[in-house]
Amino acid sequence: MIHVVAGLTTPFRYQFFNNGIIVATIAGALCGLLGVFVVLRGMSYIGHGLSHAVFGGAAASAVMNINYFVGAGVWGVASGVIIGRIARRRLIGADAAIGVVTTASFALGLALLNRYGQAKKSIEAVLFGSVLGVKTIDIIAVSAVAILSVVIIVALYRAFLFATFDPEVAEVSGVRVAWIEALLMGLLSLTILVTMRVIGTLLISALLVIPASVARMLTNSFARMLWISPIIGAVSAFTGMYLSYFLDTSASATIILTGTLMFIVVYAVTGIRGRTRISGLHHI
Amino acid sequence: MIGEVLVECAHMSCAYNSTLAIKKIDFTIRKGDFVGIVGPSGSGKTTLLKAILGSISPVEGHVTKKPHLRMGYVPQVETVDWNFPVTVLEVVVMTRSSTGRLPRVTKDELADALLVLERLGLGGLENRHIRELSGGQQQRVFVARALFHRPELLVLDEPTSGVDVRTRHEVLHLLADLHDEGVSIILSTHDLNGLAAHLPRLVCLNSEIIADGSPVEVLTPEVLEQTFGAPMEVLIHGGMPVVVDGVGADIAERMSRLG
Ligand SMILES: Nc1ncnc2c1ncn2[C@@H]1O[C@H](COP(=O)(O)OP(=O)(O)OP(=O)(O)O)[C@@H](O)[C@H]1O
Ligand SMILES: [Mg+2]
Repeated sequence: MIHVVAGLTTPFRYQFFNNGIIVATIAGALCGLLGVFVVLRGMSYIGHGLSHAVFGGAAASAVMNINYFVGAGVWGVASGVIIGRIARRRLIGADAAIGVVTTASFALGLALLNRYGQAKKSIEAVLFGSVLGVKTIDIIAVSAVAILSVVIIVALYRAFLFATFDPEVAEVSGVRVAWIEALLMGLLSLTILVTMRVIGTLLISALLVIPASVARMLTNSFARMLWISPIIGAVSAFTGMYLSYFLDTSASATIILTGTLMFIVVYAVTGIRGRTRISGLHHI
Repeated sequence: MIGEVLVECAHMSCAYNSTLAIKKIDFTIRKGDFVGIVGPSGSGKTTLLKAILGSISPVEGHVTKKPHLRMGYVPQVETVDWNFPVTVLEVVVMTRSSTGRLPRVTKDELADALLVLERLGLGGLENRHIRELSGGQQQRVFVARALFHRPELLVLDEPTSGVDVRTRHEVLHLLADLHDEGVSIILSTHDLNGLAAHLPRLVCLNSEIIADGSPVEVLTPEVLEQTFGAPMEVLIHGGMPVVVDGVGADIAERMSRLG
């Protein structure tokens, strides 16, 4: 018995694992929180695009020996604002324009790493995330962005709700919709920036979408979604990370698979109700 | 007595992607007005209302508003995202985004909101999801949201589309009550006899303003033909104009041949 318990707690003996699971859990909660907006506004392609854009910044800063948070941060927030502006004008072809720009940024990053990077390992780490590389600075960064996001969303709760539900009327009623949208894009970029080293470029958009979709199936209230979704994100991340140690699988892949499992279970349990609730979500 | 000017459109044109939707609109809303806009689908009713609200800007001419004019907007129900996870109460209180910021609804706000909902016959439905309501109730939730903002000018886009006769009467009574309380109202409608003919002032729109005046002045065969591009007859019933489809007789004849 003692043996089993000791076995189950083994991973926590490693500092790298503890750091990794802390960052992953906070990252899961943070992605769950912002994912609510991503899912309700049908902007999943923005999460996808942003993570690819940030990859370019990450690669460039690695090659030029600039601090990751500075290099990728400037790049990420800049692309976030630009993407937000393109999307806001709702021009025909906005998706395509965003797709082209972000994929180009991604390709540039890849080429830079090929040409000047050290090893294939670093590319893999950026694409799929890595728990080994997690440092104290990552814990601080992800916590800071999480706190910032919670404070902003709580303080401007109604403006965020109004601008998400009905931007046109919100504007007329005195909500600065453009400002709220820029804020949201800024927070999203920061979130991707601080979670990317653990979750990786390729799977981060899934973490923005899955918990919020599960939460949507469970509730009809925006307010409740805002706390259910982070809990689901955190639980998936914690469980996925923990299981990955024993299964010897990639942490981020296991996190996404855990989230997907929760999605399937909730989908089955809520039945037709859950299905109608998410049927209205635009192309998740 | 003529009320003060709330909104004035002077030679205003609005466009989407450089295609003009409304042209050279000269139009004034004064305090105490109760105006209906009629016109065929695509004639620019929604566009005109949005220009008045300021959510789209004219490409030509201008809109001037009384400073700090408080407006409440009830959008066309087709434009609402009915799947969005919000309850009736959440919709109603969301307009107070500048004063009430926090997620918590204060006691005063709750009391206010419940009063408005009660008044619109939505008492007890505050925790329902907006999709779980009848068409008439859904319509009124958005009226409630607009009223919660305490508007001086209420702007409604097709407030009676898709509702039954009784609900239409209720909406009309409600609007008349609000008007009596000093709220100025502008609305768009497709319902000439059920709604438009009862209003004190009507505007016929087809990209341009075809006519602007009382129903008796405006609801004439000539104006209607010019507005809708279809022949219509006007009967006077109890002193009020009643619009009859000009093709009615033709269709009736064909149908009778089928029977
Ligand atoms: N977002 C838009 N982008 C491009 N064109 C638009 C847009 N909205 C409206 N239009 C066009 O502008 C014109 C006026 O549209 P508007 O919605 O104002 O008409 P409406 O009178 O409200 O019609 P309905 O009775 O069907 O609601 C139409 O020709 C329409 O196709
Ligand atoms: Mg319209």
